[in-house]
Amino acid sequence: MEIFLQQIINGLVQGSVYALVALGYTMVYGILGLINFAHGEVVMMGAMVALSALSVMAGLPPLVSLPLSLFLAISVCMALGYGIERIAYRPLRHAPRLAPLITAIGVSIVLQNLAMLIWGRDYHSFPQLFANHAHRIGGAIINDIQIVIVVAAFLMMAGLMLVVHRTRLGRAMRAVAENQHAAQLMGVDVNRVVSITFMIGSALAAVAGVMVSANYGLAHYYMGFLLGLKAFTAAVLGGIGNLRGAMLGGLLLGLIESLGAGYIGDITGGFMGSQYQDVFAFLVLIAVLIFRPSGLLGERLAERA
Amino acid sequence: MQNAREVVFRRLNKRIVLIAVLLLLPFAVDALLGRGWLRIVDFAMLYIMLALGLNIVVGYAGLLDLGYIAFFAVGAYCYALSASPHLAIAFPRLFPDGVHLSIFIVLPVSALLAGGMGVLLGAPTLKLRGDYLAIVTLGFGEIIRIFMNNLNAPLNLTNGPQGISRIDPISIAGISLNATQRIFGFTLPSVHLYFYLFLFFAGLVVFVSQRLERSRIGRAWMAIREDEIAASAMGINTRNLKLLAFAMGAAFGGISGTLFAGFQGFVSPESFSLMESVMVLCMVVLGGMGHIYGVILGGLLLALLPELLRHSVVPVQQALFGKTIIDPESLRMLLFGFALILVMLYRPAGLWPSRVRRRELSSDERPNESA
Repeated sequence: MEIFLQQIINGLVQGSVYALVALGYTMVYGILGLINFAHGEVVMMGAMVALSALSVMAGLPPLVSLPLSLFLAISVCMALGYGIERIAYRPLRHAPRLAPLITAIGVSIVLQNLAMLIWGRDYHSFPQLFANHAHRIGGAIINDIQIVIVVAAFLMMAGLMLVVHRTRLGRAMRAVAENQHAAQLMGVDVNRVVSITFMIGSALAAVAGVMVSANYGLAHYYMGFLLGLKAFTAAVLGGIGNLRGAMLGGLLLGLIESLGAGYIGDITGGFMGSQYQDVFAFLVLIAVLIFRPSGLLGERLAERA
Repeated sequence: MQNAREVVFRRLNKRIVLIAVLLLLPFAVDALLGRGWLRIVDFAMLYIMLALGLNIVVGYAGLLDLGYIAFFAVGAYCYALSASPHLAIAFPRLFPDGVHLSIFIVLPVSALLAGGMGVLLGAPTLKLRGDYLAIVTLGFGEIIRIFMNNLNAPLNLTNGPQGISRIDPISIAGISLNATQRIFGFTLPSVHLYFYLFLFFAGLVVFVSQRLERSRIGRAWMAIREDEIAASAMGINTRNLKLLAFAMGAAFGGISGTLFAGFQGFVSPESFSLMESVMVLCMVVLGGMGHIYGVILGGLLLALLPELLRHSVVPVQQALFGKTIIDPESLRMLLFGFALILVMLYRPAGLWPSRVRRRELSSDERPNESA
């Protein structure tokens, strides 16, 4: 029972990070019908920038240095998101679908190797800024950082929902997602909306990157790849293009993964262990694509003419 | 009449010259650049085979496969398990000396196995939009690598990250390709022999690709690539044909993997990372999707590039800064990334495009897709 509860907690923490990253995928997909392959690398960049900023400001009190470095990471990632869209996607908006997919892979390789040149191949440890108390809930352990991650993720998701459903910008975003040309005729600056969407997604990604590295205490130039892939799976699971779906999918995927890793040993009689944890996301992805390609909350069919 | 005969004759002449050049190539490389470079050329041939296989999937049918190297891995492990002492470790009672099958038994098996895996993977995803296929194949490539890394316990099937070594060299009719042989008075070292073997298989792949391209199947693939809805309206069974493209590309991947394992004598999961998939994709995209000679050019360029970088980047940096700031490996990947972006932006049909593809990609304004 303690193991079960512990895995639920781990899954919830991991799932909130997936949800934040998945939102970035799903927003871009909803508006452009494009998978932003480089999104995972933006997450990694956020973590690395924050880490560097923290190590530069090591002398300052953490209450000053943490918000500052978070701000820096978010700004860098927003600039990145804007630049990626501008350089690699916008010129190809009317090209055959294969073209932006290939540039996206190119961008992600470039970002990864740039990060490797700047920060090296080593794992960087994330400094412990605050005392990280552990709390016991019915035998399972949850620590302060994990609580902060879950709460912050939910606050940000709520904020995003407010922006999308209650503001003028949000209305423009929904209009562009529905029909680009009609939105343009109604006076919506489509290019601006697309740019802002990329920037919002990248800001969420930056925060997610900092959360992951704070939780595990590590950051690495390669961390974005797998994280991005899983977050994409989460977006598909929830129904890509659907914001609530991305959140639900993220949390569910986190839970599936941690429960799966916790129990796979028992299920297979010790044949497979937790080293197969990463396989679950892909199994979920394939299963969703076979049985419910529109995802849990997606109404539109995945195949669009 | 006279004219037609002349044309045929000229074409035949051209072909004979090409074959003669290719047959003499290993001696020229060996004499001018050294044996190390000939080995690199051998690897380049393997990459060209892989790229031509992927070209069927990406170039002809327009399906983005990002886990292509997984099929290469399947072929490689197929031969590694069935032609090495390794299985003696896992099942000492069953196979006291391991298994030592001839490569000509393993080749069709691994082609079938890889092709079958391609079908299994493609079936659920091919009815969906192309982007999903890209992600699922990416995931599949990773799954295969995770399994290869971890299937060493409790049953030691793949020997985990250490990989399988002491794989039997390829031998044909009792002649081992791993030793210097004297044939018809020629002294042929091992790298030369492998070159000719790979040349044969690459020629086979080129031949099959050419035939496919001009067949009903090939035309159907290109129709699907250009407009799937119009293609199915013309009565093309798009799903089955896409599956066929996928399976065929995978089978070619399996064949090259088998040859790779025999040539290298050692396989480990490290050789089958995502970056390898990306590299093969780069060859196809850079050279010219759907154009056989373009893909060959791309394969040759990208397979030789790392060697050129290794011989130029390090000495230049040493001379300029006194130390190596950028290692050739990451510079190579950086260049690949930029190449993918720039080619797609400025030369979407590749360096040496096919005529059909160029026409298709230059018609910039497509009908409204969101409506």
